[in-house]
Amino acid sequence: MKRVQFSSPLLPYLFLAPQLAVIVIFFYWPSVRAIQSSFYLEDPFGFGSTFVGLDNYIGTLLNPEYLAIARFTAIFTALVTFFSLALGLLLAVKADAVIRGNATYKTLLISVYAIAPPVAGLIGMMFFDQHIGPFVKIAAFFGWEMKVGLSYFDTAFAMIVVAVWKQIPYNFIFFLSGLQGLPASVREAAAIDCRSSVKRFWTVIFPLLAPTAFFLLIINVTYALFDTFGVIDVMVKDKAANNPITLVYKVYMDGFRGNDIGGSSAQSVILMIVVFVLTVLQFRFIERRIHYT
Amino acid sequence: MIKQFSLAAVSIALTATSSLAATNISWWHGMAGRNGEVINEVAQKFNASQTACALTPVSKGTYEEALASGIAAFRSGEQPNILQVFDAGAATIINAKGAVVPAEDLIKEAGYEFDRNSFIEGVRYFYADSDGKFVGMPFNSSAPIMYINDEALKKAGVAAPKTWEEFEAAAPKLKEAGFIPLVQSQLTWQFTENFFSRNNIQFATNNNGYDSVADTQLKVTDPNLVMMFDKLKSWADQGYFAYYGAGWNDNQKPFEENKVALWIGSSGSFGGLQKTAQMPFSADFLPYWGSISGAGTNSFIGGAALFAMAGKPAEENKCVADFFQFLTSPEIQKFYHQATGYVAITTAAYELTKSEGYYDKTPVAEVGIKQLMLPAGEWSKGYRLGFYPQIREIMEREYGRIFSGETSVKDAFDTIEREGNELLARFAKTAG
Repeated sequence: MKRVQFSSPLLPYLFLAPQLAVIVIFFYWPSVRAIQSSFYLEDPFGFGSTFVGLDNYIGTLLNPEYLAIARFTAIFTALVTFFSLALGLLLAVKADAVIRGNATYKTLLISVYAIAPPVAGLIGMMFFDQHIGPFVKIAAFFGWEMKVGLSYFDTAFAMIVVAVWKQIPYNFIFFLSGLQGLPASVREAAAIDCRSSVKRFWTVIFPLLAPTAFFLLIINVTYALFDTFGVIDVMVKDKAANNPITLVYKVYMDGFRGNDIGGSSAQSVILMIVVFVLTVLQFRFIERRIHYT
Repeated sequence: MIKQFSLAAVSIALTATSSLAATNISWWHGMAGRNGEVINEVAQKFNASQTACALTPVSKGTYEEALASGIAAFRSGEQPNILQVFDAGAATIINAKGAVVPAEDLIKEAGYEFDRNSFIEGVRYFYADSDGKFVGMPFNSSAPIMYINDEALKKAGVAAPKTWEEFEAAAPKLKEAGFIPLVQSQLTWQFTENFFSRNNIQFATNNNGYDSVADTQLKVTDPNLVMMFDKLKSWADQGYFAYYGAGWNDNQKPFEENKVALWIGSSGSFGGLQKTAQMPFSADFLPYWGSISGAGTNSFIGGAALFAMAGKPAEENKCVADFFQFLTSPEIQKFYHQATGYVAITTAAYELTKSEGYYDKTPVAEVGIKQLMLPAGEWSKGYRLGFYPQIREIMEREYGRIFSGETSVKDAFDTIEREGNELLARFAKTAG
């Protein structure tokens, strides 16, 4: 391949500038402001702000409700990530094996991805509505009196189902194209060596899919932590009450609804640190085991 | 179709140019749907009534979003002239000294008379400072009232309860007749804040928070309030009361479906209810406890007020004052009252609506305003509590836990008082 040479050493920076500007304005600048305001106690209109040191952090981390929300967020993220990856992979493997009419299956499975999270939340809310929801009627048939919006467990269940349902198509697309990218020769060789297709999958195909799976793991964790906001907002109907919420929703509630800028800034900085640590851990411990072809 | 659009665009452009000479003022609000349309109609009426000022209303989503946008805009110097702020957010904006021009000062400066007593009793104090000076201009105002399923009461052979004691006596018969005796739609507004107002009990120290932000503390462990929730919980256990979570509509729906005898809603609910209710209904005041001495006073005003934001040129402030005058005129109040179901806020508007026989045709529309016009007690004037939207969230959380059996009534109120007082102390620091 021909190497591109820039005539001036400044030119590459010029080309990078728009992207850098976007990152600085929409990421670094707000982050710096968030860190800054997390050390202050401020009245919403910005008249007085008092430096309070780490008070906002201490207050947040010692609050048992905050810790309960953090615990729920961890469980929620783990379950959503696991189920959306597992079901996406299962569907991709099955769709990959279909010969007749596979375009129809694929289109049907992918189409859910086109639904915006709040719309997905709205549909989910209808399904789980206390008065008209079909899922509630099915659950009642099995003797489970579902009260989404009142019972913590039932709402958590409904939220996880909707969040997973929304994310499956995304994982499906990536896994399917990953599967289709595997060399046919490897598959055929494996088929000669081993009769059990399950064993073949775990020993040959899955390791070859690992780069895709690792990428999706990071994306799905981020999805469960942040992008489920719309689903949660719609499902709790603007009133969290005793329903489970995630840390991001708590930041929104305290900052945008409660106008407590210092407290919610401290929470978002904590969240930033959590994501940073998670990403570092993923790269250090999981990525090492992955072989890129 | 396209032609119509471009015609509309041209006509909008024309009206915009014709009002170029006028002073433009903006109004950010948190109303959507039909109520948002009515705001546009009010603005059109104002713009048509004079030529000096041109008012542009902008919907910013919900109440909370309108307040958040207003705050963000103020911090960057882009605030609107008028911001609509809801009841629970009143302390946030009123305690930010310098964010607003008190409505009363604004109106007087523009050379108008301002008579506090022309407003009905329940409206007079809520958005005022501790001296009674109007800081916000009361706008859309509502009261929590009890809607009655007439068929259910007839079937059970009971009269609509005035007090909770009467309700307790009637509940078994209503249940026997096949109805859920009672549902409500907002425990914070209807059974906490307005429990204090209807039963004339102190809600918070420092004169319900009006006198000072420092050391203001909630008094929600008041034995009467604990008793109210103990009753609600035991009614729920006996099937006399049903709770469907914190969502307003989840609780309203069974009433519309003729499954419920009594529903505590808003005086502003009746317009929608007329379309959705499957049975004839009427309304009465929010019940109180006969056993509490001095109970039966008026309720706090619910809804929102309009605030004139500070930092605007004098001629724009003059226009805002003109608009406030226009808004409180009996004709406009009557229009707004009938178009939305929110109560009229001045006695003159009420008298006008009444004299035209509106309440003979729709008696339900009069219940809210009559409840607000009941004699005020020492503690029914209002409350002024910082970070109150967050305190409400704590209440919603704990109330949910009471009815899902995760906590006891006593523990729930201990938690609300403790966490609420922490927030109030935090707010005092920000305002200090």
